[in-house]
Amino acid sequence: MTAKIASLPMILTASVVFAGGTVWTFVYSFTDSGLLPRLRFVGLDQYERLWSTRRWLVSIENLFIYGVCMLVFSLVIGFVLAALLDQKIRFENTFRTIFLYPFALSFIVTGLVWQWLLNPDFGIQGVVQGLGWTSFDFDPLYDPDIVIYGILIAALWQSTGLVMCLMLAGLRGIDEDIWKAARVDGIPMWRTYVFIVIPMLRPVLVTALVIIASGIVKVYDLVVAQTSGGPGIASEVPAKYVYDMMFSSQNLGQGFAASTMMLLSVLIVLIPWAYLEFGKKKHG
Amino acid sequence: MESVIVKDLSLNFGAVKVLNSLNLAIEQGEFLVLLGPSGCGKSTLLNCVAGLLDVSAGQIFINGKNVTWEEPKDRGIGMVFQSYALYPQMSVAGNLSFGLRVSGMPRDEIDKRVSRAAEVLQIESLLNRRPAALSGGQRQRVAIGRALVRDVDVFLFDEPLSNLDAKLRSELRVEIKRLHQRLKNTMIYVTHDQIEAMTLADRIAVMKGGVIQQLDTPQAIYSQPVNRFVAGFIGSPGMNFLDGVLAKGPVFEADGLTVDLERYQFESTDGTGRTVQLGIRPEHVLIGEAAAAMPHTAETAVELVEPMGSDTLVWTRLGGQAFALRVDAERAVRDGDTIRIGFDPARASIFDAVSGERL
Amino acid sequence: MDNTVSADLRDLDTSGPSGPRPRRTFSRRNIFLYGTLLVIALYYLLPLYVMVVTSLKGMPEIRLGNIFAPPVDVTFAPWVKAWSQACTGLNCDGLSRGFWNSVRITVPSVVLSIAIASVNGYALANWRFKGAETFFTILIFGAFIPYQVMLYPIVILLREMGLYGSLWGLVIVHCIFGMPILTLLFRNYFTSLPEELFKAGRVDGAGFWGIYLRIMVPMSLPIFVVALIIQVTGIWNDFLFGVVYTRPDTYPMTVQLNNIVNSVQGVKEYNVNMAATLLTGLVPLAIYFASGRFFVRGIAAGAVKG
Repeated sequence: MTAKIASLPMILTASVVFAGGTVWTFVYSFTDSGLLPRLRFVGLDQYERLWSTRRWLVSIENLFIYGVCMLVFSLVIGFVLAALLDQKIRFENTFRTIFLYPFALSFIVTGLVWQWLLNPDFGIQGVVQGLGWTSFDFDPLYDPDIVIYGILIAALWQSTGLVMCLMLAGLRGIDEDIWKAARVDGIPMWRTYVFIVIPMLRPVLVTALVIIASGIVKVYDLVVAQTSGGPGIASEVPAKYVYDMMFSSQNLGQGFAASTMMLLSVLIVLIPWAYLEFGKKKHG
Repeated sequence: MESVIVKDLSLNFGAVKVLNSLNLAIEQGEFLVLLGPSGCGKSTLLNCVAGLLDVSAGQIFINGKNVTWEEPKDRGIGMVFQSYALYPQMSVAGNLSFGLRVSGMPRDEIDKRVSRAAEVLQIESLLNRRPAALSGGQRQRVAIGRALVRDVDVFLFDEPLSNLDAKLRSELRVEIKRLHQRLKNTMIYVTHDQIEAMTLADRIAVMKGGVIQQLDTPQAIYSQPVNRFVAGFIGSPGMNFLDGVLAKGPVFEADGLTVDLERYQFESTDGTGRTVQLGIRPEHVLIGEAAAAMPHTAETAVELVEPMGSDTLVWTRLGGQAFALRVDAERAVRDGDTIRIGFDPARASIFDAVSGERL
Repeated sequence: MDNTVSADLRDLDTSGPSGPRPRRTFSRRNIFLYGTLLVIALYYLLPLYVMVVTSLKGMPEIRLGNIFAPPVDVTFAPWVKAWSQACTGLNCDGLSRGFWNSVRITVPSVVLSIAIASVNGYALANWRFKGAETFFTILIFGAFIPYQVMLYPIVILLREMGLYGSLWGLVIVHCIFGMPILTLLFRNYFTSLPEELFKAGRVDGAGFWGIYLRIMVPMSLPIFVVALIIQVTGIWNDFLFGVVYTRPDTYPMTVQLNNIVNSVQGVKEYNVNMAATLLTGLVPLAIYFASGRFFVRGIAAGAVKG
């Protein structure tokens, strides 16, 4: 009995906030709530408006580009860094500390630093042009076509250290004898990695994938700090759309519909994964 | 001809000397067991022979070829690991053939070797399974098969049976021995299990502190241990050691005990006056009528009885020191009984108490 | 040990390779390996370096020089200004306000969330009441639900409680969203402790709280440190909840920082901006460099889900 009372915060959080809040938002996404939520149902109106809003479409496109690049690059870079550090090198701790420190910083700090580094007048572009290469053009934050890649650079800088850390832990968990057996068999190192080690890292890869993916959907602070969604609406993302609709545009219905779409996209990834991971455990 | 020669081999990890100027020659077709407690350098030596560890000094020859700087794959060795080290994402057939495929061997030659290895090890029915779907014994067979397909002259085993339960271990032990009978390869086998060493080996190298203490046949190591360490390490239950001095005669003297050593074959000529230890194995001590015929006999009281099924270990005292003997399980011995025991000093071992060397 | 080598080995050709494989310190492999690592390390350090040097320069020097050059005239004026004079909207008392807000948010949030989550984890690991697993599953799923879905319902809840816009409201929000990961962390840790301890405690007559306080907590200091690191950095670095649930005078440091740097009025003072950015990053960086191994462990613990 005491246990149940002591767990009350968890029970309340799980049922009222997480389950209740999600259902509430879902229900209200079918209303025409504006400044304040109200229960006047308008069917799928909000969703139709959402999918015909250019800003939302840009957000989705950005999220897609950002997500795919983020997954691919952070897994690849994270793995390469981990593999490099796994070569019994000297100063391993120093290198690991350096690769991981950005992860301790907030997205706001990350975004602001990279905003400064990518400043067209004083940043990298300015410095290279100052060296005499006047036609050098590296101005992602002010070019609508590539602004999302400017954000990607900062995001990768901040988070690849985490992926590296996960991968390194995975590599360290691999039986030393496997490496010895591969050497006796005369298998070159890169083939050992590709055909033996990476397949063995599957659980770590899945974990990393889930962590990166859940971070991708949440991306918000970084965009706010680095570009505020600009130039124009070129670097908008769904999370920012939701916030702006709810708290500055007094258009709650749109915010609810957009956040429900975000939830949907997460569930599409999450449910098959949970099914695979936990379904397997239950059946032995 | 020697199959494997290790010459003046040293290996240091930083300041720690794991192996120090070690020499070893292994005959063609010989089954050599490296035996010793953990940390004695036996696995390190094996890894050096395999080329998995870079030596600090010395040379290694395999089949007359200096392989000191060769990669493991070029040394003509196959290796079996304690943890099996199977590639988990590949089928058994894939595990057996992967190294051959990487080396670019023709398909039909690979198939021939894989099916031969599978036949020898009786794993034909498992070829399409993943390692995760195999039992421990089956996995170890596949691991042996991976060494087999390499068609090499020297097999290296690094504690291959340590991860198995007792029953499987004795089964696979017999199989490894059969395999050796059939293939007649040179085999170097690392273990800390003296039963494996005694049953499998043509010769055993007992190691301690990176040094080979004794290299000889199992029988010689059992009956003529060169020092106290080897005597104590081999045999279960362990040898009895009685502290005493070597007096003129020659006789062994301890508190109230005098053993005539006329029949004992001394290796060094003069040991008189030294403090020594007399070692005698529990199974070499007889009881009752049989004891009366022995050159040395004594009357003593039973302190404790440990029945072990096939036989019984009886604890008593001799020369004021704890002393065990092994008697037939049929014989009724109880605590407090007075028994007559006897042994032949010729089967005993005398060690210098300071150096531990056999006298 | 002469007996180990038979006599006919005397004619062995020992002139060949002997001793360790020849290895040059500057082998091509090593040059490639360390070269790559060094270049990447420089790339990772560059932003930190630029932040530091920019924050120590005067504005004229920034306009003329390049951002990678070390400062010619070292000045701490940007730091002073960032701390005590930088403007956000009407307030011109610098980041110090945000710093103290963040402290007042972080301390109670960390203490409360860890206390709650550790009790949750303990109840889940050792007491297993009916329905516990259901709530736990919802909780873990909650960790993956985009926060945006729950933003507004929480606004309503806080408004009902009269805490919307206050520091305490934000504290509650941090406790809620820290709960999934921390509960998981503690549950897994307590499950890994030998169950005999718990049983022995019960035999000795200790109850729910007695066992928790006298047996579990003293045995779990490392995991409390890990939780502490996760929470302090996580809450200090939060932006979204800060901007949603607080008002300008209660903004945490990150929100205030963003407002200072990205404010559209006035001339951009890059040196002050970078000093402010560094100031905000200083707390988590200090924790990171001080905690070292625990930080990595926290990541691993947070990462290994389920």
